[in-house]
Amino acid sequence: MTGQAHAGRPNQLLRNLHSKIASIPMILTAVVIFLGGTLWTVFYSFTNSKLLPRMSFVGLDQYERLWAAPRWLMSIQNLAIYGFFSLIFSLVIGFVLAALMDQKIRFENTFRTIFLYPFALSFIVTGLVWQWVLNPEFGVQSVVRSLGWSSFTFDPLYNQSIVIYGILIAALWQGTGLVMCLMLAGLRGIDEDIWKASRVDGIPMWKTYLFIIIPMMRAVFITTLVIIASGIVRVYDLVVAQTSGGPGIASEVPAKYVYDYMFLAQNLGQGFAASTMMLITVAIIIVPWAYLEFGGRKRG
Amino acid sequence: MKLRLLAAALAATVVLPWSVASATDLEVTHWWTSGGEAAAVAELAKAFDATGNHWVDGAIAGSGGTARPIMISRITGGDPMGATQFNHGRQAEELVEAGLMRDLTDVATRENWKDIVKPSSLLDSCTIEGKIYCAPVNIHSWQWLWLSNAAFKKAGVEVPKNWDEFVAAAPALEKAGIIPLAVGGQPWQSAGAFDVLMVAIAGKDVFNKVFGEKDAEVAAGPDIAKVFKAADDARKMSKGSNVQDWNQATNLVITGKAGGQIMGDWAQGEFQVAGQKAGTDYTCLPGLGVNEIISTGGDAFYFPLLKDEEKSKAQEVLASTLLDPKTQVAFNLKKGSLPVRGDVDLNAANDCMKKGLEILAKGNVIQGTDQLLSADSQKQKEDLFSEFFANPSMTPEDAQKRFTEIIASAD
Repeated sequence: MTGQAHAGRPNQLLRNLHSKIASIPMILTAVVIFLGGTLWTVFYSFTNSKLLPRMSFVGLDQYERLWAAPRWLMSIQNLAIYGFFSLIFSLVIGFVLAALMDQKIRFENTFRTIFLYPFALSFIVTGLVWQWVLNPEFGVQSVVRSLGWSSFTFDPLYNQSIVIYGILIAALWQGTGLVMCLMLAGLRGIDEDIWKASRVDGIPMWKTYLFIIIPMMRAVFITTLVIIASGIVRVYDLVVAQTSGGPGIASEVPAKYVYDYMFLAQNLGQGFAASTMMLITVAIIIVPWAYLEFGGRKRG
Repeated sequence: MKLRLLAAALAATVVLPWSVASATDLEVTHWWTSGGEAAAVAELAKAFDATGNHWVDGAIAGSGGTARPIMISRITGGDPMGATQFNHGRQAEELVEAGLMRDLTDVATRENWKDIVKPSSLLDSCTIEGKIYCAPVNIHSWQWLWLSNAAFKKAGVEVPKNWDEFVAAAPALEKAGIIPLAVGGQPWQSAGAFDVLMVAIAGKDVFNKVFGEKDAEVAAGPDIAKVFKAADDARKMSKGSNVQDWNQATNLVITGKAGGQIMGDWAQGEFQVAGQKAGTDYTCLPGLGVNEIISTGGDAFYFPLLKDEEKSKAQEVLASTLLDPKTQVAFNLKKGSLPVRGDVDLNAANDCMKKGLEILAKGNVIQGTDQLLSADSQKQKEDLFSEFFANPSMTPEDAQKRFTEIIASAD
């Protein structure tokens, strides 16, 4: 058999056989667990499964109920606000910090550690810390009041209209350090000659960053974007630790809706419908982008 | 403590395959982890160990909301424990229907549970298609208003004797810098408070029509509108209670920072731990002092179907131990709940518990909402009321409309 293969063109299947065998477990995991699980979830979202999955189809009932539920609508709205600001702020702050760090400052290592440190904490710990910081009786508000501004009010976690921003602050505190590090790595990958050339041409520094360096860092930005975006969609533990969705339902997020309905309300169908909607939202964003990114660039 | 539990659990897993004859280990999961609760569980363990078996404690910290998904996934995932706590009612209904739970009818008939369990509705909630699947251990009722005597003294008003007087006293409390009504941020608290208001203001019949028969017309009617009006009062009175957990809210009452709290009789344990005395330090009003009716929800133990015969036998022993008169007294005194049998003596009970026992003896009882509504409907109700209590711009009329929709689609 092998003799034959050697005689003709090398068999494509047998090239890099070792690496192919090594990747079989991961391929199986991806296909069976991720893809299989996804299809299973979507399938059962059309049933009226309660505590246990069962095959009695109810069409789009679960989806109708979902889109009529005020809590779900609130969750979507919160995710949109949180996602929009968290994307912009973590990219901007992360990049600015990295650029500052790139100015050959002293104690760079120390600063880098300080900025990256919050990332070492889990969302639960972050959430608890910020719950205390933002608590009007112990946190920022009471400190400022004790300094003399007795009418100062800052209680985002207890105010329905701004509670989601209280969560955003904690998320940014935790996440920007990582973005900074990624950006810094990207900046370090830029050839020194580019800087020299731009200096010879007399281009101001900010212009060099904006029009030369950033376009060159495309790959880093895409990596960062994917990391931030996946963090946004699955935000759950931070909310649980900080507000548990409160006050009322003002800081609910989709992932929490899914968990609550699947396990607390013992209504799998409803939870599956909600998670399918989350998947569709992600797909709507990812698919066109992936098409442009990978489909358009095919060579040959 | 944790280490020892872990060691015990590990030891159990090692010993199990070879365990022979008499002493059978039975893992029992529950979510009783606060001080008083843990002491009560220890009584159950002691009684079970005395039968020659061994109680392996599987406490799950958090609350029912955290613990139930873990228990259910263990049972459905093929790693069942020996026995597990649920609130009796419909939480385990589907597990029973799926054939994952053990039928206890034999034990129940042998020990005559039908006659000793009072009120009989408790056993009804354990019964599915004529078979008994759980052993009720206690009765907890929701319908209590806990008042801080010190807070009312500070505000210079008499301690109210019913809900209306309490509402009337609210402005005086506020003037003295006291939050009139403490309500924690956890969704089940506001939903529970509403159910209590419904029984107190609209009465037993309306309550049964709405939650028992799921009558949407009654839910949209004038009786429930009155209840929403009262809930609106409660919402205004609870402004400023920035706490999450129920025991933190109870603590506001204990320290006199809040005037009162609508909470089940488990709050009593907190007063006891704080060294306060019913009547002098705090006042309890069953049924909000309006309609002296209590609900008879509570806790029960369910037994997953096991293949191991030794363990199945031990399950039977545990079931009968739980309803043993001595265990009932020891357990319920520590837990602050009422026993499930009418024939035991609770001399050591405090004033509030005695009030509860009296109402129970008179038969002024209703079923708890856990027994009447599915977990799904309960969750929808919780979403509604946590929003209603937190959002002052939501009118009672709007809330009633949404409430009616929930009832109409409830199961």
